[in-house]
Amino acid sequence: METLDQLVQQAVADFAAAVDGAALEQAKARYLGKSGSLTERLKALGKLAPDERREAGAAINRAKDAIEQALDARRQALREAALLAQLAAEALDVTLPGRGGAPGGLHPVSRTLERVEALFGSIGFIVADGPEIETDWHNFTALNTPENHPARSMHDTFYLEGHDDVLLRTHTSPVQIRAMQEHVARHAEREHMPELRLIAPGRVYRVDSDATHSPMFHQVEGLWVGENVSFADLKGVIADFLRKFFETEDLQVRFRPSFFPFTEPSAEIDVAFMSGALEGRWLEIAGCGMVHPNVLRFGGFDPERYTGFAFGMGPDRLTMLRYGVNDLRLFFEGDLRFLSQFR
Amino acid sequence: MQFSEQWLRTFVDPQLDSAALGHLLTMAGLEVEEADPAAPAFTGVVIAQIVEADKHPNADKLKLCKVDAGTGELLQIVCGAPNAAAGMKVPCARVGARLPGDFAIKEAKLRGVESFGMLCSARELGLSDDHGGLYALPADAPVGTDIRDYLGLDDTLFTIKLTPNRADCLSLTGVARELAAITGRPLHLPAVAPVVPSIEARRAIVLDAEDACPRYCGRILSGVDARAPTPEWMVRRLVRSGIRSISALVDVTNYVMLELGQPLHAFDNTKLAGAIHVRYPAAEEQVVLLNEQTVTPAADTLLIADESRALALAGIMGGEDSGITLETTDVFLESAFFAPAAIAGRARAYGFTSDASHRFERGVDFELARTALERATQLVLEICGGAAGPVEEAVARDHLPARPAVRLRPARARRLLGIHLDDAGIQALLERVHLHVAREGEDFVVTPPSFRFDIEIEEDLIEELARLHGYDNIPAVAPQGSLMMLASAENRRPVWDVRHLLAGRGYQEVVNFAFVEEAWERDFCANEAPIRLANPIASQLSVMRSSLIPGLAANLVTNRKRQIDRVRVFEIGRCFERKADGVPVAGFHQLLMVAGLAAGSAQPEQWGERSRQVDFYDVKGDLEALFAPRTLRFERLSHPALHPGRAATVRLDGRNIGIIGELHPVWVQRYDMGSAPVVFELELDAALGAVVPAYAEISRMPAVTRDLALVVALDISVARALEVLREAAPAVVREIALFDVYHGKGIDPDRKSLAFRVLMQDTQRTLEDAEVDAAVSVLVRQAESVLGARLRGSGE
Repeated sequence: METLDQLVQQAVADFAAAVDGAALEQAKARYLGKSGSLTERLKALGKLAPDERREAGAAINRAKDAIEQALDARRQALREAALLAQLAAEALDVTLPGRGGAPGGLHPVSRTLERVEALFGSIGFIVADGPEIETDWHNFTALNTPENHPARSMHDTFYLEGHDDVLLRTHTSPVQIRAMQEHVARHAEREHMPELRLIAPGRVYRVDSDATHSPMFHQVEGLWVGENVSFADLKGVIADFLRKFFETEDLQVRFRPSFFPFTEPSAEIDVAFMSGALEGRWLEIAGCGMVHPNVLRFGGFDPERYTGFAFGMGPDRLTMLRYGVNDLRLFFEGDLRFLSQFR
Repeated sequence: MQFSEQWLRTFVDPQLDSAALGHLLTMAGLEVEEADPAAPAFTGVVIAQIVEADKHPNADKLKLCKVDAGTGELLQIVCGAPNAAAGMKVPCARVGARLPGDFAIKEAKLRGVESFGMLCSARELGLSDDHGGLYALPADAPVGTDIRDYLGLDDTLFTIKLTPNRADCLSLTGVARELAAITGRPLHLPAVAPVVPSIEARRAIVLDAEDACPRYCGRILSGVDARAPTPEWMVRRLVRSGIRSISALVDVTNYVMLELGQPLHAFDNTKLAGAIHVRYPAAEEQVVLLNEQTVTPAADTLLIADESRALALAGIMGGEDSGITLETTDVFLESAFFAPAAIAGRARAYGFTSDASHRFERGVDFELARTALERATQLVLEICGGAAGPVEEAVARDHLPARPAVRLRPARARRLLGIHLDDAGIQALLERVHLHVAREGEDFVVTPPSFRFDIEIEEDLIEELARLHGYDNIPAVAPQGSLMMLASAENRRPVWDVRHLLAGRGYQEVVNFAFVEEAWERDFCANEAPIRLANPIASQLSVMRSSLIPGLAANLVTNRKRQIDRVRVFEIGRCFERKADGVPVAGFHQLLMVAGLAAGSAQPEQWGERSRQVDFYDVKGDLEALFAPRTLRFERLSHPALHPGRAATVRLDGRNIGIIGELHPVWVQRYDMGSAPVVFELELDAALGAVVPAYAEISRMPAVTRDLALVVALDISVARALEVLREAAPAVVREIALFDVYHGKGIDPDRKSLAFRVLMQDTQRTLEDAEVDAAVSVLVRQAESVLGARLRGSGE
């Protein structure tokens, strides 16, 4: 008859040989089952003398513990192996593309306008809006451009059939008038009116179409009216904006005398990059100036007390310079191959 | 305005090179648009005389020339030009010369004969396109002189873009005056001495419209030779100013206009009858203009007339049959001042512009007319000979432009510019541009000269100060303002949120023109009377859009042509309709709309999802996401652009805010779109609303759900069913949601099954079964009685 040690050894070997749970349970039955060899030995204890029985019983119990331990260990090992096998079977090709839709995107000029609004918003400029079919009065007269003023020939204006007094706005400047009138109406009662700081982005229209002109394009108007706004402030704000917008100090900004009926003094703003493809070239980017006293008056402000500056920028141009776009017409053609580059 | 730098430098020498001069003008507000060399670079070309021109011994078409190029010996040069002849003076590129294109001239052997240089055509020197033969120089051209010096080729042609306020710079004199002011260099203007009349001939002048023409000078020049050649120097200056040389008399009038800024007109005196009248037209009066256009001048167009007929449009253009010709011997020269308001816009109304009208409508020096007439007389007599009659001047002094003094407060100038300019500095700057300055207390009282039409208010003077001080010298300062936070309404969201939400759901933003093809409006909007442009840029851009959808459909077509099948685009833009009480512009409704279009597969092609075409419910889901947590309502709609069974009005808070639907198959086919897109268009303002959240108590009691499958007629909409159920629901019902729609086997073909999940809960206590059952039966009874529904599986 085998010794208990041999029995334990045999059991450990049998368990190790069991390749799955069922085989392990069969092996377990051979030792610990109803007629398992260890169970048989326990049953045989009764035939022994009481003092022999105690000793033998303790020995069998030790062997049983050892076998049970071995069984547990094997069970654990088999479970782990099974899990590993399952995990291996469940493995994915993680390089397969993710599921779902592709995002769309904003129009490149919208990207620019969103940044322009954020930059000016950070120094307290609100965003104002105005109609695109505009009255002749708001577009020209109130902007100090009476009928037959030679400056009117600078704008090739779209008119509407059957209407003499309305047009497609040629610039965003009429928003200045509307915003000033509204501001004054709201605050006229106060001894010190709050400052009016706004930008007005929008679409404008001129009878002009070639590689660098589109009959519809974008403008951003800017206006700051207060009790102490100067030309030096205008230069400061514009230079600050351009450096922040292009995210570079590597930029020259120049103000050059010009003429607009609604500002005086007036300036054209040119920028030149100090590196890159456009290095050293002066590029016209905006017109600006101190708000003409007649315009302040049309807006409801007393020009003796209030001064202001205004500017009109071309966000299409800003976008072209920022992203290296070389043809303005691409913005208005709806070509997804172009537009999707700005996602 | 274009002019020659050399000519300008005869008036003022700024002691700067061309580039620096150009920059200076630009920074003074006379923007230099172009600065082109008068001739391309070349060297070593001198004036030479052909002494002998013999046949080349070995070639029929070549000539063997002996040339005197001023070197002391005759050069042997082989030449192929047909006009090469003994005695002729021509440009000669000597050995060592470099011609345009860096073409080096070396000793050469041509058909066995040595040649020491090259005789040049105008084209070979880059002076013109003329390659018919050698460039023949005048007989008096000095042999040996560098051709660049002789023809003044080291010159720059400046083109400046003048703003409308600077009419005073529409002449060499004006630009020179400005340049002298900026640089402080002396100004030398041509001396104009009155020409003493040598004949008595005169023509009376009558100012019939003194407002429009307060000054008119005229004089008769008799016995002139209209065929006399224009001197080379004058031709050169005219050509370099972009004006073609025509004949001596015409050239002189153009020259004086360029030199002094005064437009002149020369009549053939023999074709005039009686006194000159400056008047407005009679009804139906016609004038045939120099450009052969026949016009019937409008009542506000000023005319020059004699006693028998209208001769010319005053200050705009002369008449065909009263102008000078090469046969003219007697000239009547006009030099007048026309008020800007009398000229402005008139030429444009007839569809052209002229150098004269361009100047008069901006403002010509009203004290210049007589001087310019004397200058022209002097030049005509020099070039064409003849005798001058006395100057006849009609003037209405009261109607000449006034030059009221303008008050300038130095403190105001400093405040507006943000710089410190002291009073003495201010005065010095103003005087540099010929403004008359007096002091009254703190203020300056400034009187502008007759040539400045742009100094009327204090700001005009402040602008002069800024310009003369230099915009560059005004510092850029970070402005100081009162720090007040901007308002931020939580129940509104910025338009950027809408853009980003739509982009996040796969839509690409586009920007389409607001003017569209008329057919789009008719087809997609049933708009038979669109808002038309009076002057469209093209017929397919002739009406204002009342919807963004046609533009998006066109985007679809364009992209499909480029083999892009899946197209999702959106636009935010204004739509235009007529509306008598429109705000803010009466007569028009111009709302900002947001519209989108989705076509092609619902998802980009991918391995993990079954491919299917986008449908109504995909786009509806996009809209619901755009408005969440606010709930939209959809009601069946008939719309010209949309499939009649697949279109809905979109409603929010009881108001129609837009439409959604599949594009009508007729348009899909007619516009060649391929598959039908689903489109939507909503008022942007509705999409900008947002919900400020409000907390509601969370129930700690368990919730009970019951499913309810109701079989209803096919035409009962889900919205209707939900409305009926929700209306009838007892208080314990928290939520009723549709989770399945079934139509098919097992159900009457005229009916469908709608499965709802009903969630019930009380905030205070656990619901008892009986309560739940009672609530459900209330719902069922209501559905049966109002909707004609049957519970599914009950006696089906």
